[in-house]
Amino acid sequence: MSDRLDRWALASARVPFRVKVAVVWVAIFAFLTFFFWIAQFDTDWMLDNFEYITRGLVWTLYIAIGGIVLATVLAILGALARISSNPIAYGISGFYVSFFRGTPLIVQMFLIYLALPQVAGNLHDRFGDLFPQSFVTQLTLEAAVAGTLALGLNYGAYMTEIFRAGIQSVAGGQGEAADALGMTYRQKMRKVVLPQAFRVIIPPTGNEFIAMLKDTALVSFLGTTVANAEIFRRASLVGQAEVKGLEALVLAAGLYWGLTIVFTFFQRRLEARVSRGYVRTAAGPRDITSDQPHGGAA
Amino acid sequence: MTGDVIIRVEGLHKRFGRLEVVKGVDLDLHKGEVVVVFGRSGSGKSTLLRCINFLDDPTQGLVEVAGMRLSGGHRTRRKREQVRQLRLHVGMVFQQFNLFPHMTALDNVSVAPICAGLKDNRTHAMELLEQVGLADKADEHPIRLSGGQQQRVAIARALAMRPDAMLFDEPTSALDPELIGEVLAVMKSLATEIHMPMIVVTHEMGFAREVADRALFFHQGVVWEDGTPEQVFGATQKPETKKFLDAVL
Repeated sequence: MSDRLDRWALASARVPFRVKVAVVWVAIFAFLTFFFWIAQFDTDWMLDNFEYITRGLVWTLYIAIGGIVLATVLAILGALARISSNPIAYGISGFYVSFFRGTPLIVQMFLIYLALPQVAGNLHDRFGDLFPQSFVTQLTLEAAVAGTLALGLNYGAYMTEIFRAGIQSVAGGQGEAADALGMTYRQKMRKVVLPQAFRVIIPPTGNEFIAMLKDTALVSFLGTTVANAEIFRRASLVGQAEVKGLEALVLAAGLYWGLTIVFTFFQRRLEARVSRGYVRTAAGPRDITSDQPHGGAA
Repeated sequence: MTGDVIIRVEGLHKRFGRLEVVKGVDLDLHKGEVVVVFGRSGSGKSTLLRCINFLDDPTQGLVEVAGMRLSGGHRTRRKREQVRQLRLHVGMVFQQFNLFPHMTALDNVSVAPICAGLKDNRTHAMELLEQVGLADKADEHPIRLSGGQQQRVAIARALAMRPDAMLFDEPTSALDPELIGEVLAVMKSLATEIHMPMIVVTHEMGFAREVADRALFFHQGVVWEDGTPEQVFGATQKPETKKFLDAVL
């Protein structure tokens, strides 16, 4: 008996680990297929509506890219304020980080989407001269815009801490050398500290972007008009209308998953690129390829 | 202030909390003069150097460079700018080199002159690299240079601002023994060829004897002994100096 077990273990050891993992994945997909078959999955409907839902991809990307750009700008400002000795800058950034990390993202979205027009409307009612009707219209934001703002503000708060840590990870001697050379604070930050901090900051920022891709789905709760609705909004609209909720959701989930896989791939490459460079390889300095990254020279 | 004094330090004190590291130092650095400062670690010699260009803020006392007299204290916007102006006149070389790792050697040397809007900064930077014997390494990043080469780039970087004087804070202490000579040779050529005034914190007694005009022995935060290298190294009458020299030599 134990002989057979041994032979089985030996045979198994000859199969590479990766092949075994692949078999596990195949089994999982087989099970899912079976599950969808049991659930009477309507693949024809999926094919018919694939294009409609996929068109939301563009809006998902718009929102995520807009959000990460806004978040990056806010995080740089926030981080500089967090390490500054100016009480106003420090106080504002402290409030910003505390509030946006301390409240749910979905609440922030609704605050920006609903509260802004209400405040603007009241201002218009009371001080009509100062705040014309156009002011109210301007602050009545498109759902996608309000969502992008909320995502940027929220992620910017988290990224402030990432950026602060990145800036503080630059060795103190670097700042001192810049000071001793008579550089101004701005020059020191722009030429010396931030380019080095970015090497530390870029990989986690990639992670934040990937996380944000998925959080764009929350924007659908703001009720975007169909013309500029992102993936999830489209999926839930068309799924509810034709009582094909599961099919629509599986399509949406697949799209998000695919996006994440693609961007994770790029993020890994970026990470590898960024971490190369200053580090001498064990084989010696001559082994470093000539296309060294130049420290994200800003 | 007589015309040939480049850096003057008057009654300088530096306290870190309750610990007083520098306890009243007066020092003049004259035109073309090389002053070597030595003493036990913790005797305040590096702190004095860092106070001269305000990397450490003097608790008490004055520093005068190029006609600017500055004391320590809160950095208002105006004070910050004054400190910056003063630093433009004083080059500093650090024990740990502190080269900018994301820039080539040439960029390291030219970045500060570019920031300051000086003219011909690239050609001047190239000349300086040549002067320290590293013209062929202009496009290398610091990681690919040896410690001695890095320190020579750091010297060129400080010279690029055309300073009136140089401060060297233990420039060879972080180097492997076989690399010390090349750095000292560059420093020596600065002293003998362009007569750059400099204050050098170092334990390289050979360099001190050969190049220095004055040697200061630092002890317990004050200048314990001040004289020519021959006097201080060869004929000191003070037991503390003797004890230290016996331990080092």
